[in-house]
Amino acid sequence: MKNEKIKFRDRLKDISAGLGDSLKESTLWGSIFRPGSPFRKGYSDSPRNRSYVVMNNVLYHLHPVKVKRHGVRLSYTLCLGGLSFFTFIVLTITGIWLMFYFRPTEMAYVDIQTLQTSIAFGSLVRNMHRWAAHIMVLVVFLHMSRVFYHGAYKAPREFNWVIGVILLLLTLLLSFTGYLLPWDQLAIWAVTVGGNMAGYTPVFGAQVKFALFAGLEATEATLLRFYVLHVLFFPFIIVIFMAIHFWRVRKDGGISGPL
Amino acid sequence: MVDIPEHLLLKTAQARAKALGISVEQALAEMKGEVEPTKIEKEPDIIEVTPIEVEVKEAPAPAAEVKEAPAPAAEVKEAPAPAAAAVKEAPAPEKTNGQVPTEVDFAPETKVTQRLLTVVKAKPIQKPTSEPVDKVNTWPHLMLPEFISLMAMTAFLIFISAILQAPLLEEANPNITPNPAKAPWYFLGLQELLSYWDPQIAGVMIPLLIGVAAFMAIPYIDRNKENKPSKRKYAIMLWTFFLAGAGTLSLIGILFRGPGWNWTYPWIDGVWFDDLLDWVHFE
Repeated sequence: MKNEKIKFRDRLKDISAGLGDSLKESTLWGSIFRPGSPFRKGYSDSPRNRSYVVMNNVLYHLHPVKVKRHGVRLSYTLCLGGLSFFTFIVLTITGIWLMFYFRPTEMAYVDIQTLQTSIAFGSLVRNMHRWAAHIMVLVVFLHMSRVFYHGAYKAPREFNWVIGVILLLLTLLLSFTGYLLPWDQLAIWAVTVGGNMAGYTPVFGAQVKFALFAGLEATEATLLRFYVLHVLFFPFIIVIFMAIHFWRVRKDGGISGPL
Repeated sequence: MVDIPEHLLLKTAQARAKALGISVEQALAEMKGEVEPTKIEKEPDIIEVTPIEVEVKEAPAPAAEVKEAPAPAAEVKEAPAPAAAAVKEAPAPEKTNGQVPTEVDFAPETKVTQRLLTVVKAKPIQKPTSEPVDKVNTWPHLMLPEFISLMAMTAFLIFISAILQAPLLEEANPNITPNPAKAPWYFLGLQELLSYWDPQIAGVMIPLLIGVAAFMAIPYIDRNKENKPSKRKYAIMLWTFFLAGAGTLSLIGILFRGPGWNWTYPWIDGVWFDDLLDWVHFE
């Protein structure tokens, strides 16, 4: 009896292995995974395949095939640039999910309450979005400090530093516009304080404040304005600048250093 | 002296042995300087190729191999070079005997079998200018640590989101002003400055001029090309002062400011910072 069981298990193993092989040999499978993909049949760890892994994947080929050895050490970059990008992706995913349950009207506050109490994972996703936003501001700033301490803004990377400062500003603007959306006392008064600061702009102070608030003070018109800026306008702009930023990293010779 | 690869040395030794009529082993030993070089007693007996041009001082092919025969053989730097290439430096055997030919007899046309057109030295056309860089494959050496840090960040985010509730106060009401009304935490350093200075300076000029214009101008102001920390102490000092100043102002704004933006102690009066609503339960 026991022997038969083992036999049956072995047979099952053989069948599944055979199925896996024939799947990997199929035209469909081979057309999805380009040569060098670890999922392709007959993948082996060779220098050629290591290059193909990076070259033949749309996401991975943001990276060059080879990088300077010192740049791989975690203590050199602390992965801060990569984590800035990653928190942005997390924020995009959770943000799109939150948009299903949120209306930028007088219903905004009720929508947040409903989200937290009546929707599966609503509270978790909202928390993730909020904490990831704070972390992104922090990580982007730390990344900037890391780059400064390494002198990585020096020639030929001067312009990429300028792009980086623009990205920091856009990060702050994204965070600030998102701050208003829960439409609670914390949101409206933090934005009022921030908007009033902008109102002290010399000469154009009143106009800047009016454009920011869509009126004289933070109202539901402001909420709609900030919502559009937060979910569409600033993400659109920041993605363009991120693309330039990453492209320039490659064009300016990869990571700076070694020190 | 440059190290000559063993196989080239052997080839040269064979040619030398053939030209001088000695054994290959002996020729090799001579070239390595282990034994006295053989003196040339008789001229090589292959005279089929006759020099035709004085300028080129063409020597009979085999003679070229003996170019510095009296000198220590180890000096034969370009030994494996073909006979023609060595011609420039190789005097004819007559020369080595101390006789400088004043005139060269022109051989009959019919006897000319070859002549020298040019001498090409074995040198690279392009000179590499930059040092080779020590590089590793992105996969797996960079992408693995990257993947691990992304996973760690995801785990951390889910963990804090599960235990820390994002603040949600009462519904927005423009008629009830909280006291104090604080900006988002990254602007609290500025709000703190605002309580000291004129709002036009602290609220607008400092963030715009320092926060944006000066930051962007950094690479164009700092023309020091060094990136070693020991050689850019001034720049590092400035940035560290900036970090310390911004951090101190922000911390004061976050922890030490209460109603009416008056100074409070977090351990006595509590904390007025609603971003941290669920983190600290003061008041």
